Amino acid sequence: MSMHVATRQVDGITILDLSGRITLGEGSVTLRDSVRDLLAKGSKNILLNLGNITYIDSSGIGELVSAFTSVKNAGGELKLLNLTKKVHDLLQITKLYTVFDIKDDEAAAIGSFKK
Amino acid sequence: MTLDSSLASVDKVERTAEDFAARAGFDEDTVPNIVMAVREAAVNAILHGNAYDTAKQITASFETTADSLIVRIADQGPGLDPDNLPDPLAPENILRGSGRGIFLIRAFMDEVHFRKLHPGTELTLIKHRAPAAPA
Repeated sequence: MSMHVATRQVDGITILDLSGRITLGEGSVTLRDSVRDLLAKGSKNILLNLGNITYIDSSGIGELVSAFTSVKNAGGELKLLNLTKKVHDLLQITKLYTVFDIKDDEAAAIGSFKK
Repeated sequence: MTLDSSLASVDKVERTAEDFAARAGFDEDTVPNIVMAVREAAVNAILHGNAYDTAKQITASFETTADSLIVRIADQGPGLDPDNLPDPLAPENILRGSGRGIFLIRAFMDEVHFRKLHPGTELTLIKHRAPAAPA
């Protein structure tokens, strides 16, 4: 199963509800294109909801990092919401847990952006 | 199995790894880790080894012994020096968009061996079955 992205806006924050697999090929490219499109439109505060991500590989992890860097370089913020245990473990192993701002409550996450 | 250098081959290797790991009796937490390590090895062989060259192939073999699951993935690429890979945990590398595949393989398997082929590289991934609980 490839990755699906649904986009919504809450209080000026763009939430990407991701589902499926973020892996080399389609999933990673879809995430990259989605973030690039948002930045091009001036949406710089992005919350990635990973609650329905079933699988992520090293390419997908790399894509999360690249998205984080792109948004930061554009003067925005990218945060992660609703990590599954598997994704949580992977971010801990790779020490990226300290890089990302990770939330488990959507309302709190929305309120944490600088805006 | 011998496979062409495409992402479809990665999926085949991944599915086979899942079957073997489950049949070897690994628990539900360990099977996904083995599958991920094998997938990363297959991606490495196709992407970094064979560089998607349609003239080159990868081979994958799976073996279950009394105490281990042994997976071998080989490519026909220019070769890989495992001692000179950047550390993905180093501060200067932590924000890199790639370079975590071998690290994850080592994290999830008990033994990882690299063998130089002519041409190519063979990775051997070994996961030991948990020792029996004392009576």
